[in-house]
Amino acid sequence: MDQSTIDRIKADPNFQRLVKKRSRLAWSLSAIMLLVYYSFIMLVAFLPDVLAIRPFGDSIITLGVPMGVGIILFAFMLTGIYVYKANTEFDKLTAAVRENAE
Amino acid sequence: MKPLLTFLLLAALLTVGVALAEPSDITEAVGGSSWTSSIMFIVFVVGTMGVTYWASRRTKTASDFYTAGGGITGFQNGLAISGDYMSAASFLGITALVYTSGFDGLIYSIGFLVGWPVIMFIMSERLRNLGKFTFSDVVSFRFQQIPIRVFSAFAGITIVLLYLIAQMVGAGALIQTLFGMSFEVAVLIVGILIIGYVTFGGMLATTWVQIIKAVLLLSGATFIAGMSLYFYGFSLEGLFQGAADRHALGEDIFKVGGLVSDPISAISLGIALMFGTAGLPHILMRFFTVPSAKEARKSVFYATGFIGYFYVLTFIIGMGAIAFVMGNPNYFDETGRMFGGDNMPAVHLAHALGGDLFLGFISAVAFATILAVVAGLTLAGASAISNDLYANVINKKATSQQEMRVSRVATIILGIIAILLGIAFQSQNIAFLVGLAFTIAASTTFPVLIMSMYWHDMTTRGAVIGGSLGLISAVVMVVLSPNVWVQVLGNEEAIVPYSNPALFTVVIAFLGIWVFSKLDRSKRAAEDRRRFEAQYIRSQTGIGINKAAEH
Repeated sequence: MDQSTIDRIKADPNFQRLVKKRSRLAWSLSAIMLLVYYSFIMLVAFLPDVLAIRPFGDSIITLGVPMGVGIILFAFMLTGIYVYKANTEFDKLTAAVRENAE
Repeated sequence: MKPLLTFLLLAALLTVGVALAEPSDITEAVGGSSWTSSIMFIVFVVGTMGVTYWASRRTKTASDFYTAGGGITGFQNGLAISGDYMSAASFLGITALVYTSGFDGLIYSIGFLVGWPVIMFIMSERLRNLGKFTFSDVVSFRFQQIPIRVFSAFAGITIVLLYLIAQMVGAGALIQTLFGMSFEVAVLIVGILIIGYVTFGGMLATTWVQIIKAVLLLSGATFIAGMSLYFYGFSLEGLFQGAADRHALGEDIFKVGGLVSDPISAISLGIALMFGTAGLPHILMRFFTVPSAKEARKSVFYATGFIGYFYVLTFIIGMGAIAFVMGNPNYFDETGRMFGGDNMPAVHLAHALGGDLFLGFISAVAFATILAVVAGLTLAGASAISNDLYANVINKKATSQQEMRVSRVATIILGIIAILLGIAFQSQNIAFLVGLAFTIAASTTFPVLIMSMYWHDMTTRGAVIGGSLGLISAVVMVVLSPNVWVQVLGNEEAIVPYSNPALFTVVIAFLGIWVFSKLDRSKRAAEDRRRFEAQYIRSQTGIGINKAAEH
């Protein structure tokens, strides 16, 4: 890629929009995932008693089990959100940028 | 094709020979008559070799060998990725962890899974757009070829070897349980099968075997979990209560246990599992076996779903194993040791719930799992040697054929090393070993990769020194940790008290990259920084990507 193409793409408003939108989404979703996961790990490391609470009355199932399964489901959901956004919005913008560059 | 046919024949003979050998005490105790399970097993192994043979006839170029020609759909690739994940380590190792320590097993599962979304959000798209299919191809976009490739080859080989150990230990124990031979012989056979498999099939074969196996393993695991619940009237509470009644820890199996008792190890494990995924060489390659970015994203989505479902199952299966296998004299010898070693609860549970036929099925699927994962790994390791060291450093004029030949020789050498290490590490829990492979990946390839994508000031020197510091510190701390220094090497006391050092080594790698890049005032550094822009634009848009990866 030569410098003139680089400059042209960089100046393309669609490119700027794409980069901005995608990084905002990617970083906020990552931050959410990291926050949820490390909150869980911190509970494991420092407050294991919280995970041992039994929320379902007589049941021996502790809070840790539904929490763990919940995190797995949550991760799946976040992936779904990103894929949906990327496959609709971002791909359209990318196509526009490409067209402009060629 | 002649050598391939010879190999297939030899392998088939070997398998049949093993199956026909006098069943020892172990098989008798486990299977009674192990005929059904043996036949089931052989049918499956021969079947996967058929796939390899079919694929090898379609593997014509280096691109076919490494990326299956880019002709796999998103759904198929999702299955293949989840196949890579549902390795022996996940299936046998995590169920074994749940079996011994209950809730702690779930902590591992979660860590293995949550890495996925994050990689996808911040990395997979950019890598895919760059159109490079190995770690070193990605980083050498900006950095000086020779030093960065030498580094990445060493990092790649270390990760692959550790991961290989885990799979070899699992495979060895499985064959040992099923056919009652010694662990050493079992590992040897596995090693030979794997070498042949990779040498001839390449990525197309491993992709297809992964897909088939993922489907079978998901169904098999669903069946085991379903049967475990069935005996308790489909009451999760009932099954868990049953497990708690059997287990020595009682109801404490639903609490955080001794496995991750100290905070440093817990946090380290968390870091390693999450970021290690991004640095695993065989996973990176999977983004390039599909034809478009759209398909690549979809495949990650499907993969996360399959893997998540599977991990929920492993928890139930582990509980089932406590309820049905623990204390059952059929699965233990006189001294109270489980047949086939501590990684086998899921396999014994399959027998307890589904009889010989199902034991054969599950063993075969688990074995194919290992075979396929190991094949993918060996392939990644071999490509580190043939592509990075040979074609880009040693012999720059190498033809595609020469490169393939080196790759095959490398496969054989890696296979032999894996056999030896597999024997040395036979008593370790395999999920734990995989955790260590993740630690190395999180401390070497991951920091270099992510910084090179996001930080324009990074230089070759920073990448190589920082990454190497991460690699050396991780390897040294793992060797000095209780699990290797005491349990494998037999020393009295561990020098490093943490079972997982990622918290330190990941930080060392990032700091190293930052400091040595900042200090770098060389001519090359200016070049590295200048090139960031082109890489950035391409990784955002995919413009300039070559046709081979596009197609």
